[in-house]
Parts: sequence; structure tokens; C-alpha cells
Amino acid sequence: MTNVAVHLEAKQHPLQAHMHDASASGATHTKGQQHPIKLYLVVWGWLFVLSTCSYLVDYFGLHGHLRWSLILLFMVLKAGLIVAVFMHMAWERLAFAYAILLPPVLVLVFVTIMVLESDYTHLLRVLFFAPTA
Amino acid sequence: MAETALINNVEPPARPAGWRGIAADWSSDQRAFKNVSWGKAMMWIFLLSDTFIFSCFLLSYMTARMSTTVPWPNPSEVFALTIGEKKIPLILIAIMTFILISSSGTMAMAVNFGYRRDRVKTAALMLATAAFGATFVGMQAFEWTKLIVEGVRPWGNPWGAAQFGSSFFMITGFHGTHVTIGVIFLIAIARKVLRGDFDVERRGFFTSRKGHYEIVEITGLYWHFVDLVWVFIFALFYLW
Repeated sequence: MTNVAVHLEAKQHPLQAHMHDASASGATHTKGQQHPIKLYLVVWGWLFVLSTCSYLVDYFGLHGHLRWSLILLFMVLKAGLIVAVFMHMAWERLAFAYAILLPPVLVLVFVTIMVLESDYTHLLRVLFFAPTA
Repeated sequence: MAETALINNVEPPARPAGWRGIAADWSSDQRAFKNVSWGKAMMWIFLLSDTFIFSCFLLSYMTARMSTTVPWPNPSEVFALTIGEKKIPLILIAIMTFILISSSGTMAMAVNFGYRRDRVKTAALMLATAAFGATFVGMQAFEWTKLIVEGVRPWGNPWGAAQFGSSFFMITGFHGTHVTIGVIFLIAIARKVLRGDFDVERRGFFTSRKGHYEIVEITGLYWHFVDLVWVFIFALFYLW
């Protein structure tokens, strides 16, 4: 590691302190996201494990609440790993991370509205469009 | 100032931790995102808008599936493949998932080698990512063909609710388009990396601006997003 890089590293945000562990050759020019390759490989491995788990949910034909909760759990874990590590959101500035990550959470409000709406539509269809025997 | 805004080398001012820091960053007349370059911020904002588009597709699928009185076709059986004598549920989709995750892994490493200014390894990993992506699109074409031959149409299918076909073609079609665009994007940037554009700061053809290795990370953001969307499609459409 060059002296310049060490000097730069000393001034960095604590969260980004390990950024130049892997290499510092580009540090004098661009302070990009630098993380050890090993971290990516570990996350990669976990994504494989989680995908296999969610596939096995289907393979073994689990049903009901167990199936849905497992599917959602594995989905959220995988999404979290991708956004946090692969997309580097864990190391971005908090003001930026919140600006990007909070708006999609509001989609859950939309989900709630549409769940209520589709329950209502379903009820109407059962009441008025039921096949006459 | 014009040049410092282009790359990620502005030292951010000290802020208190948590919400107070966020309020300090957003208040008063200043750049809210401090040390985040405009290129990265704009890609994230684009991805945010894309998130809403895919959310709307998945929501309309949810609404159709919840409100129909006709049984929904069982994806586990619809997407099963017979390999040898055995019928394996969802196997093609599982392989596609693993391929896309692998491409995300190679992309993450390409970003790493990009910042180390290792031209050959960066370009090779990006091209590997593109090859995984092209394989994924190929398998999706196979899947579409199989379903169309079996009689799935946007207005009906042999197994149940008519909305199954329209939801399937709309969601996977839009995702496949994103993967295809990503493959083109990857090849274009890999070519620039290999040519050394970011070492000699050659000016871009369209923008006339100097390129930086950060574009590899920005390309990576798009690619990981494509993988991210697939995580949701896999869970909510294929497994549910």
C-alpha cells in the first residue's frame, strides 16, 4: 500500500475503513467501493444456500403458512444480501441509503390497499357471478 | 467543482450519527448526497423508479390471483420438466436462478478488479457476467416456447385462471428485456474497459466526458438489480 493511500485511508469514514484492504492502486485517483473478494464469495455462497432452501420448499411440497413464511423469509434475506453487499448499500452514506430504501417500503401500503380491493372483488364475484347449478 | 462532482472523491463533512446526520445532509442549500457521484445517484434513482414498475406488475398479478374465483394453475406443475423418466418440479427455474446469482457474483468481482485498474480481469469478469445473462435469456426463450406450445396465451391456458398467462408473459417478459439490455450494457462497458478508456481518460462518444472505473460499479448496480427483481419474481410468482 502506498503512503498516499494510507494517508487517504486515515481520513475516511469509519465504515469505509476496510475499503482499501484489497488493493490501493486506484485509491489515489478514485475512492470507489473496495471490499475483500472473500466477502463477495461468502455472500455468493449464502445466496446459493438460500436459493436452494427456497427451491426445496417447493420440492418437498410444503403448504400453508409454513410455505409462505419460508418463501418470504428466504426472499427478504436474499434481497437484503444483494442490496447491502453486492450493491454496496451497507457502505453508502446514510442520507443516500434512506432516500433510496425508504420509498419502496411505501409499496407495502399499496399492497394493503390491493389486498382489501381484491378481497372485495372476490366477494362480489362469489355473490353475483357464481355459476348457476 | 464541476470535475469533483463527477467522481466519488469529495470528502464528506462530519455529521452526527443517525437521523440527525440525515437531517443535516438534507437541510440547507447543498448537495444532499455529498460523496455519492451523480452517476451512481442517478442509476439508483432510475432503479428506484424501476422498482415501482415491477412492484406494479407484481401487485396486479397479486390482485388478479386473489380476486379470481377460478383456480390458479399450480406453477410447480406448470414449470416442471421431465428429465429422464422423472418429473422434476420447477427445475428449469431453479437453474435459471442459480445462473443469475452466479452472474451477480462475477459482476461483484468485476467491480473490485475495476477499482484495482486490472483491465483484463475486469473485462473478462464482465463478459462472463454477460454470458451468464445471455444463457438466462436463452433458457427463458425455451421456457416461453414450451408454454406457448402447451397452449398458454395471455387470454387463457389449459389449467385454470386466464390471468395466469398475461401475468406470466408480462412479468417475465419485462424482466427478460431488462436482462437483455443489461447484457448489451455489460458488453459495451467491457469493451471500453478492455480498450483502456478509463486509464487514458478517453472522452465518451455521446457525452464527451472523461470516463472512470466507477462506471463498472454503476453497470454492476443495474445488473444486481436485475438479479434482485428475479428474487422477487421467483418467490412470488413461481414458488407461491
